[in-house]
Amino acid sequence: MEDSVDLAELKQPVGELDSELLTLNMGPHHPATHGVLRLLVQLDGEIVRDIKPIIGYVHTGIEKTAEDKSYWKAIPVVERMDYLSYFFNAYAYCGAVETLLDLEVPKRAQYLRVIHMELNRIMSHLVWLGTSALDLGAMSMFWYCFREREKILDLFEQSTGQRMHTRYFQVGGVMEDVPDGWIENVRKFTADMPERVRQYRALLNKNEILLQRLKGVCPLDEETLFGLGVTGPLLRAAGNPWDLRKAMPYSSYEDFDFQIPVGTEGDNYDRYMVRVQEMLESVKIIDQALDKLPDGPVITDNRKVALPPRHELATSMEALIHHFKLVTEGFRVPPGEVYHPCEAPRGELACFVRSDGSSKPARVHMRDPSFVNLQATAPMCKDAYIADLIATLAMLDPVLGGIDR
Amino acid sequence: MPDATGLELVAGGLRDALPDAVLGTLHFRGKGTLLIDPKHVRATLAHLREHDGWTFLASVHGVDYYPEEPRLGVHYELLSMRRRDRLSLKVRVHSEHPHVESVTPDWPTADHQEREVYDMFGVVFDGHPDLRRILMPEDYQGHPQRRDFPIGGEPILFTHNESSNPGWTR
Repeated sequence: MEDSVDLAELKQPVGELDSELLTLNMGPHHPATHGVLRLLVQLDGEIVRDIKPIIGYVHTGIEKTAEDKSYWKAIPVVERMDYLSYFFNAYAYCGAVETLLDLEVPKRAQYLRVIHMELNRIMSHLVWLGTSALDLGAMSMFWYCFREREKILDLFEQSTGQRMHTRYFQVGGVMEDVPDGWIENVRKFTADMPERVRQYRALLNKNEILLQRLKGVCPLDEETLFGLGVTGPLLRAAGNPWDLRKAMPYSSYEDFDFQIPVGTEGDNYDRYMVRVQEMLESVKIIDQALDKLPDGPVITDNRKVALPPRHELATSMEALIHHFKLVTEGFRVPPGEVYHPCEAPRGELACFVRSDGSSKPARVHMRDPSFVNLQATAPMCKDAYIADLIATLAMLDPVLGGIDR
Repeated sequence: MPDATGLELVAGGLRDALPDAVLGTLHFRGKGTLLIDPKHVRATLAHLREHDGWTFLASVHGVDYYPEEPRLGVHYELLSMRRRDRLSLKVRVHSEHPHVESVTPDWPTADHQEREVYDMFGVVFDGHPDLRRILMPEDYQGHPQRRDFPIGGEPILFTHNESSNPGWTR
């Protein structure tokens, strides 16, 4: 028994195995694909040789739908594309229409937009952190992250009346001013958040299993990411500090002091760290915006575009006419084409709007960051293990509603 | 935002290098657009990247100018991270012969985006490595984002309730 097996012989390589590539369909419905995404994976044993993402399963034709609605009524459909960054979708669209109209947005509305967008960014990153930790086997992170997300949704409910898809941003400003006490509630949240993020990091950064599945896994260099058009945390994790909020400020971002978290390696660990630090930077921006929040109107005084205040309707015939015209027909927009970008949680989110002079947009197109970033899966996961494919897809943070539109 | 002078300088540089490429310039709301000949798209974008620092292709999207001709348009949004500036390129093609040179060999990011324009508008990108439909099913007929494509034009799969929804099957 003792001498029957020669251990040294066992360690010799067996020689060329006559193996062939296995094509595996991951999805369309798979818990790790974060939506209806199908990945055609070519496997050599456990090693991924090639990936073809196949999308379009939740294509609902939102861009086509928007062409059939007035500029005003297209906002809710546009918001529903990417259900984790609805304020950004609405901002990109409204910004494009405002540029076409050559409309000035009041300062207070710009600040309120910033506050809501940054809360939305934290919320999106929380969902990403919770679900990707779940993919890597850390169950409790999911509950903690969704606990904080719930608080943000409560804040949205107080200020806009809805938890998701709020339709708060309007062409020319925001729908209404925030209610009394809301600012204090936001302050309570921002005071709480840094400690929460510290707890998340303490929970995850000392987890040896998690670190091994993130550190040095699926890195991609800056040049390749650049060619693939990847923006947002994925590009910043590879060391490029490109952030539209800093580089080409919009909506008063130039008034705030914040840092751009940048990674060095471009691996999954850096992608994770960049997003976690971004949450803290967003908290800083929200605090500053609340400190400096100016007084004044929250929507443009151009009555051809914005609804008149409710109290004027009872006394002013002019206001009534404008209200009627806006609700039934909408407003006309000068012909032209505009591409309006902003920095969404997943990268550069831009809206292209073409107007032919009528009250309906002739073309609405979203440059959705998840759609572009998805192309990076194949170069990232090439020659990695299939288990790392799950981790990398989680770190990519795609939202299929935005990809398919 | 390139001002009108900056836009003309870019166009002038292009005219020196590729005499037939630039058909016109347009400056609208602080943003510059170059109208490019469809035969010279790839060379123009390559020239802008090599010599002018427009290194990032942010987006490719299609537009339908129905009923004008040339009807279909493809827009390229370029970004220069060094200049912190954007530039749009516009190509118009006839609906009879909707062929544009693909830029995917130079810019891998255009892969999915050109496929989307092909899927939605029927613009054929010559030289694209894998030009298939991306959002619609592979056996789908027509290009749904064209302006004359009817809304609600899809036949009902379950015909037993067809009579209760008259007018829905166009």
